[in-house]
This record gives sequence, structure tokens and C-alpha cells, in this order.
Amino acid sequence: MIFDYETFKIIWWLFIGVLLIGFVWTAGFDLGAGALLPFLGKKDEERRVIINSMGPTWEGNQVWLILGAGAVFAAWPMVYAAAFSGFYAAMLLALFALILRPGGFVFRSKLDDPRWRSAWDWALFVGATVPALVFGIAFGNLLLGVPLQYDDTLRSFYGGSFWDLLSPFALLAGLVSLAMLVMHGAIFLQLRTEGVLHERAARAAQFFGLLFAVAFAVAGLWVAFGIEGYRLLSIADPNTALTPLQKTVTRAPGAWLDNYARYPWMWLAPAAGVGGALAAVLLVRARRAGAAFMASGSALAGVVLTAGLSMFPFMLPSSSRPDHSLTVWDSGSSQLTLAWIFWATVIMLPIIIAYTTWVFRVIRGKVTANDIKKQGHSAY
Amino acid sequence: MIPTEEVVNLSRLQFGLTAMYHFLFVPLTLGLGFILAIMESVYVMTGKEIYKDMTRFWGILFGINFAMGVATGVPLEFQFGTNWAYFSHYVGDVFGVPLALEGLIAFFLEATLVGLFFFGWDRLSKVQHLAVTWLVALGANLSALFILIANGWMQYPVGTEFNYQTMRMELTSFADVFFNPVAQVKFVHTVAAGYVTGSMFVLGISAFYLLRRRDTAFAIRSFAIAAGFGLASVLSVIVLGDESGYELGEVQKTKLAAIESEWETHEPPAGFTIFGIPNREQETTDYALKVPYALGLIATRSIDEQVIGLKDLMERHETYIRSGMIAYGALQKLRAGNTSEPVREVFDAHKDHLGYALLLKRYTPNVVDATEYQIRQAAKDTIPNVEALFWTFRIMVGCGFLMLFIFAAAFYFTARRTVWHHRWLLWLAVWAMPLPWIASEMGWIVAEYGRQPWTIAEVLPTFLSSSSLEPGDVYASLAAFALFYTALLVVELYLMFKYARLGPSALHTGSYHFERERAS
Repeated sequence: MIFDYETFKIIWWLFIGVLLIGFVWTAGFDLGAGALLPFLGKKDEERRVIINSMGPTWEGNQVWLILGAGAVFAAWPMVYAAAFSGFYAAMLLALFALILRPGGFVFRSKLDDPRWRSAWDWALFVGATVPALVFGIAFGNLLLGVPLQYDDTLRSFYGGSFWDLLSPFALLAGLVSLAMLVMHGAIFLQLRTEGVLHERAARAAQFFGLLFAVAFAVAGLWVAFGIEGYRLLSIADPNTALTPLQKTVTRAPGAWLDNYARYPWMWLAPAAGVGGALAAVLLVRARRAGAAFMASGSALAGVVLTAGLSMFPFMLPSSSRPDHSLTVWDSGSSQLTLAWIFWATVIMLPIIIAYTTWVFRVIRGKVTANDIKKQGHSAY
Repeated sequence: MIPTEEVVNLSRLQFGLTAMYHFLFVPLTLGLGFILAIMESVYVMTGKEIYKDMTRFWGILFGINFAMGVATGVPLEFQFGTNWAYFSHYVGDVFGVPLALEGLIAFFLEATLVGLFFFGWDRLSKVQHLAVTWLVALGANLSALFILIANGWMQYPVGTEFNYQTMRMELTSFADVFFNPVAQVKFVHTVAAGYVTGSMFVLGISAFYLLRRRDTAFAIRSFAIAAGFGLASVLSVIVLGDESGYELGEVQKTKLAAIESEWETHEPPAGFTIFGIPNREQETTDYALKVPYALGLIATRSIDEQVIGLKDLMERHETYIRSGMIAYGALQKLRAGNTSEPVREVFDAHKDHLGYALLLKRYTPNVVDATEYQIRQAAKDTIPNVEALFWTFRIMVGCGFLMLFIFAAAFYFTARRTVWHHRWLLWLAVWAMPLPWIASEMGWIVAEYGRQPWTIAEVLPTFLSSSSLEPGDVYASLAAFALFYTALLVVELYLMFKYARLGPSALHTGSYHFERERAS
């Protein structure tokens, strides 16, 4: 096999990061724009412009989430099992919200009734806002650790309830997630619309850009000084097959900064988060939406990387039994499985990026109320 | 500690309902996708605008259905984690792979390009757009391939081995999983059923326009394509039925015997019971009406191979359970740290039956101390619900033959250009529209309900597979699904009926029935 087991584990930790970044970059602006829909679009035709700016690509974008979940299932089955069942109510809430989206896009403009259309607009709003919040809250809880433990047959037990997820820190993480996606979505709308919508989107982008930068910085300070991180004390050879029952872990204040002390280059990630957002705000003001979109994209990547790098090698720390935490070393699939999906990803991901880029090129340009009027019911 | 029966049953109900609901939309996507591609190919080759209109109109209905398919697919993927956490841990190493590949290879392609199908008419050349349509159809079918590889593995888990250190099944050969013969026959059977669904849909709605004598040039061409594609597909479904997959693996054999309500093993070739009343108490089939030779031919494609009866299967499973108990005892020693050679040898010799021992966990948590009575109970548990399988299978087959008749007649009269004169056939095509959906759902029940008591055949019992949840959580999510999905279905059907009634006038080209009426 091309790499040893330990290397494959690290590669798959990286790949999940890549898929997450793919998700926030693409589906992220759909969610952000969806959250803004009822507020930026005051009239039906304005709302249709917003919806049609995402119309041809939202479905492909959402696959980043579906593929992300599938990849976690295949590469990190224990993380998949523990996180999805532990966050049961939150996951189902996000799921129900996501189910509203196809109807919001495809069904909405097929009838003329204003009540019907308004209902679907709010459905799109919920379908964007709730998942953005829930994913952020879930990440916040990963940093806090969750009441997870295993029995001898490796059956997982989760001690918390839905309401336990809503701690102040986790809610702040939810706000970070929502604000960053709305910033990204607003810049996307600025890119793809004209006139009054363009102006409104630019204003929203600045507000949410600053909100995100502040919230992210506060969350960073909170992680450094407010909450306890987790530290791996001992573990068997990471190059072998391990279960989560074979290590010792301790909780300690500031432990999430350990990696930054050891590898100072990692500070680039949080710096990209804050710096990218501030640059995006300035570029939006300068009416350079294309560059602002890039800056906002690097902010999003910075956030994902910050979360991952702070926690490495932890993926799902356990607050009730720290020794049972899930880490990169002991919750992955077998080496053969990791190798198979490694090759599949290495071959397929460039192809996916190629045809996705082609689709975005084909539909490039501003969406206007006139175009939509011409297309009638065949537009969304 | 195993999950409570309540949580398991609720989770099963939830997965069953959401999967069957998802499967209302998937077959139509599979079939209609290719029908659109065929129509557009004719447009590109002949340049006749009417074929473009056909592609675009049936495309509207495809889009409404596709949206529902996408929306209802995500909950299935998520539920493996939310409700079946132990399943995900126990087999994720194998089962997760086809799911990840489905996203990478199939669903990404389909979902990314489907936007261009709707929005690309003016932005792409004719050939580019045609390529997009074909790729969407291909993506949908590739999706089905990977999902059925995952499902086929649940029915017949090949290419995998239990690892006592990690307490789970691990991949040993991806090629075996990919080329799993059960998965391959399931794939062909399922996508062909999807083509039948798409064809019946187009045939029925076109027949409706013909009966109303409107947009007839449009309708008769759609009818013809549906008749041809439908006849070929329904023949594939029947001839390449997935019966041939039933001789592989113990659970598939048990399913076959249950479908046939075949309690005793008879001398080959076995007869096919057309009608009968399965009687589980007496372990017989009352009032059985048999066709000689037929079952042997269907199931084993031969007249000299045996179809084993349920009683013999149960007896055999009892021996597997005893063997599994030895494996379980050895596993406990291994887990406790005694990995000496003799223990490993005992474990390796019996580990193929470990799953059977797990069936005992329902009766005794320690497994190795099971009484004779408990072993017999567990052996009885290996037989799925015979009545349900017997009848759902017959309803499915009945629907299939009815559709064969309709498509054959539609094709024959289309070829003779006399469809017009056979209003009975047009009415029949309209009223037969629910048949492919009934058949698909029944087929799903046969395949999945018939797999019980296992989630992974002979490896992991269903009652051990679920997450450790509170019943209240699952009651709440189940109720939410029921409410939400019902509302969504009402909305979807309303739109479908509205646009189907409107017909190609929905395209606003000005040349179809309702617009001409207004113009004149």
C-alpha cells in the first residue's frame, strides 16, 4: 500500500477538512443567501432574482454536504455513529430544514398565488438559517466535548439532551457559523445581481462580515481562556488498529492551544479567518465583489482549519469519559478501506471540480428581473 | 446493554417509512431521465421542435419529482448515523464505502448537471445540452448502482471479515463487494423497474391527452416512446427478475422459501404456489395451488437443484446458532486478553456463525448460557414473516404481468398506428398508472422485510443495530416525519396533477391546446 496506516488516518482527517471547506464555499453561499432572502428581496421579482442566482447550482452545491457525511461514514464510522446519534434532535432539526429547500427552489414559482410564494420564501429562510446555526452549534459542542462513552462491545451511549447542546459557547459558535455564511452569501448576491439588490447585498455583507470577525475573535478568546481543552496523554502505536478504549486523556484549560505552541504556522488559520473577513468588508466597500468573494472564501477556510487544527488529533472529545474520546488514531476505518476511498477521492475530486467549474462558467453573469420575466414559469 | 425493543421498532418504522417514501420518487427519476434523453436525442437528430417541447414538458414533471427525490434521500443517509449507530460502527468500514462512492461518482454528477438541464437551453449548444441530459440520467442510474451495492451487501455480505480487536466487520476485498452477484441482479432489476415506472407515467398521461383529443401530435409521440421503452423494460424486469439472487446466501434462501411459503423441502424441481394461505402455527400452506416445475426454474434456473423448505432451514440455523455460541465464548476470551493460539483457532473455526449467536442476546445477554428452548426460539426468529412476504411478492408479480400486457398492447397498436381506435387501452393506461409504484413498494418490502431478523444477513441482528436513544426522541422524529412528509406529498401531487393536466401548454410556446384556445 502506498502509505502506512498512520498516514492514511492523517490524510483522511485532511480530506474531511477539504470536503467541509468545499461545503462552506459552495453550499455556504446558498445558505447565506437563503437566510437573507426575505430581507433583501422586498418584492416578488427581487426574490426571484435571488432564488435564480442560486437556482442552477444549489443542488450540486448541497452534494458537498451529502458527500461529506458519506465520507465521514466510510472513513470515520465511529465519529459518524456517535455524532449523529448523540446530536439526534439537532440533526433531525437540520434535516427537516434542509428538506424544505428543494420545494423552495422548484415549487415556489410554479404557482402565482402570493401566499404560496411567501410561504416558500420563509421555507427557504428556515432551510438556510437552521442548518447554518445547527452546524455551528454542533462544532461548538465538539470543542466543548460531549457526554459520550462506550461499553465493551463498543456500543456508544450519549448522556446529554438537545437542550444541553445550547450552552452559551455553543450558541456563540452557531452565531459564528451563521454570520460567516451570511457574509459569504451576501457577497455572492452582490456578485450576481444589479441595482438595488446589489446595494442591499453589499450593506448586508459589511454588517455580517464585521459581526463574524468579532464573534470569531471572541470565540477564539473563549477557547483560549474560557473552556477546557483536551490533551492526549498516552496512546498505543497509531500505526495499528486501535479502539477508543485504549488511551488516556485529560482535560485542561487552554489545551486547545497546544498545537499552536508546537507549530506556530498554525496561527495562519485563525488569522485567515479574521483577516479574510476584514479584507472582504473593505473589498465590498470598494465594490470589488469578485475579490471580496475570494477573501470571504479564505475566511471560511480559516474557520474550518482553526477548528480542526485546534482539536487535532481529537475529533469528538468525551466530557464524561475523556479516555473514550474519539481521535484520528482510534476511530477510523481499516487501512484497506481508507486506501480504497483515498484513490476514489484522488481520482474523482478533480473531475468533480472540473465539471462544477464548467457549470458555473456556463451560468455566469448577472441575474436580472428581465431574464426571469422572459423565462416565466421555467425559471425558479 | 442492548437498545430497548421500543427504540428498535420505532427506528425500523421510521426507516421503513422514509425509505418507502423516498422510493416513490426514485424509480420515476431513473426511468424518466432516460426517456428525456431519448426524446432529446430524437430532437437533436431530426431537428423537429416538437421533440424539444416533449423533452422540456416532461422535464418539468421530472424536475418536480427530482426535487422530492433529493429532499427525501438525505434523511436516509443521515439515519444510519442517527438511528442505527451500532450498525454504523459494526459495518461502516464496508457499508460506508459504496455510500461515499455514490456521492463521489454518481450523485455529484447528477445534481450538478441537473441545473443545466433546466437553465442551459439557451446557454449550451444542442449537442452539449443533450450530453448534459444523458449524463444526468447516467448519474441517477450510477447512484442506484452504488446504493444497491450497499443494499446487496446487507443481503449477502461478501468480501468482509470480523475483526475481534475492533469489534466490527472489516473490508477484505472491495472487488467482491463491488461485483457481489446479489447486488448486480438487484441493480438490473431495480433500474429496469424504474424504467417501467417512467414509461407508465408518460404512457398514462399521454393517453389522457389522447382521450381528451388535445395536443395529439405531442401525445402520440410521447405515447410511442413510452410504449417501446416500457415494453423492453418490463420484459427485463420479468425475465431478469432478481430471483436468481435468491440461491446465494442463507438469508436469501430463507427469503425465497418464505415468499413461496415452502415449509418442506421437496424433490426438485419445486412447484410454484400461485395461491395459498400460509399458516405459521401449523407450518403449512393451506389451499395451496401449485404450478409444477415453475419455482425450480425461476429460483435455480434448473430442474435438478433443490429449493430448501423453511423447516429444514430452521433446523440448519439451530446448528449455526450452536456453532456461533462457541465463537462467542472464544470472542469473550479474546476480548479479555487471552489471545493464545488455541482460542484464536476455535474462534476462526466458528466465527462465520457469530451473527447467529448474537440472535440469542434477545433472550440471554451472556449468549453462552442459552437454554435449549432459547436456542429453538432464536432459530425460529430466523424465519421472516411468511404471510407478508407471500402476498407482497404476488402483488408485485401481478402488477408486473398486468403492465406487460398494457405495454405489449400499447406497442402493438402503436406499431399498427391504430392506438386511436382503442379507447379501452387508453383508459387502461391512465388507470394503470399507480401499478409501477405499487409493484416497487411491494418489491421493497419483499427485499427488506424479508431480510429480517437481520440488518446484515447472518452478521448483525436488527435488534442490536440501533442507537442508544430515548423512545421519546424517536416518537417525536417519527411524528414529525409523518406530518411533514404527508404535507409535502400533498403539495407535490397537487403540482404534478396541475402540470400534467395543463400539458405542453405549460411551456408557453403559444402552440398548444390551452394557449391556442385563448388566442382564438
